[in-house]
Amino acid sequence: MTTIWIVVAVTAAGTLALKAAGPVLLGGRPLPDRLSGVVTLVGPALLAALVAIGTFGDGQRLVIDARVLGVAAAAVAIRFRAPVLLVVIIAAAVTASVRAVAG
Amino acid sequence: MAGGSGERSYRHGVTASLPLSVAVFGFGISYGVLALSVGMGRLAPLVMSATTFAGSAQFAAASVLGGGGSAATAILAALMLNARYLPLGVTVAPWLEGGFWSRLLHAHLMVDESWAIAAEGQGRWNPRVMLAAGVGLWVAWVAGTAVGVLFGDALGNPATLGLDAAFPALFLALLAPQLRSEERTTAGAGLRIGASPQAVAALLGAAIALILTPFTPAGVPIISAGAACLIGLRKRS
Repeated sequence: MTTIWIVVAVTAAGTLALKAAGPVLLGGRPLPDRLSGVVTLVGPALLAALVAIGTFGDGQRLVIDARVLGVAAAAVAIRFRAPVLLVVIIAAAVTASVRAVAG
Repeated sequence: MAGGSGERSYRHGVTASLPLSVAVFGFGISYGVLALSVGMGRLAPLVMSATTFAGSAQFAAASVLGGGGSAATAILAALMLNARYLPLGVTVAPWLEGGFWSRLLHAHLMVDESWAIAAEGQGRWNPRVMLAAGVGLWVAWVAGTAVGVLFGDALGNPATLGLDAAFPALFLALLAPQLRSEERTTAGAGLRIGASPQAVAALLGAAIALILTPFTPAGVPIISAGAACLIGLRKRS
């Protein structure tokens, strides 16, 4: 339980620091070009890693199971610009159905 | 600025953010349900929504903790996802008035959606619009989280429900628009390479994470994937 509260506190403080660095510290000065070029790519890299691990990860093993079909269904829904909540529900429903059928 | 136009800005912020607030409320419900399903309890996700107020980072922390990752890796993953708020904050900074606390409040209420709503084009931002939109979105996010943590375990066993697949689906939904918007800007910039830097970083990030999974503790593959952003260093060369 302590672990969770440490995560909650430090993430909140760190996030506020990142959000407020520009308004409070930098005033009107811009970020160096190289830094902003790198920073805009952190998001896609991390999100893709979270997709990959969430789909295939099982502890320290990589597996192919019902989640793959759930995420594939989600990808189709995203292609058709479905709202995020619907995408999440579709992924869960497809995965649950595959598990129910496969036993 | 005159009081009347200020009031109009606040009203515009609220009305423009209303449809998004509905979506964010639903998003908050899914966060509450998923955070509860990985054992974060009820209060911690709620406090996190109120204080961190950044969806993808909160989901990432929950996902890392749920996968058995340490507090440090969960925090790092969340903060790396929030690194984008550094440049966003820089763009708004010149338009903010007031002292330290006012700037801090505006910063806290700056999320992707309120930032986008407050953009007036040509590098101008309206801080009143951002504040009003941010308040609406914050209320929706926290209220949604509350509904999620209160009623989440009424749903049943997370694995049977397929909630573990909801995490990657959600991250994919957050990733897709970043790849799409970049398609347009790189096309506009006249770049001849087939893949955008965003897409390359995404593929590289996924590859790094999958390769490291068998060899490193949980959570480490995800934060290591952040190294893929270093390709941004050679973007202009």
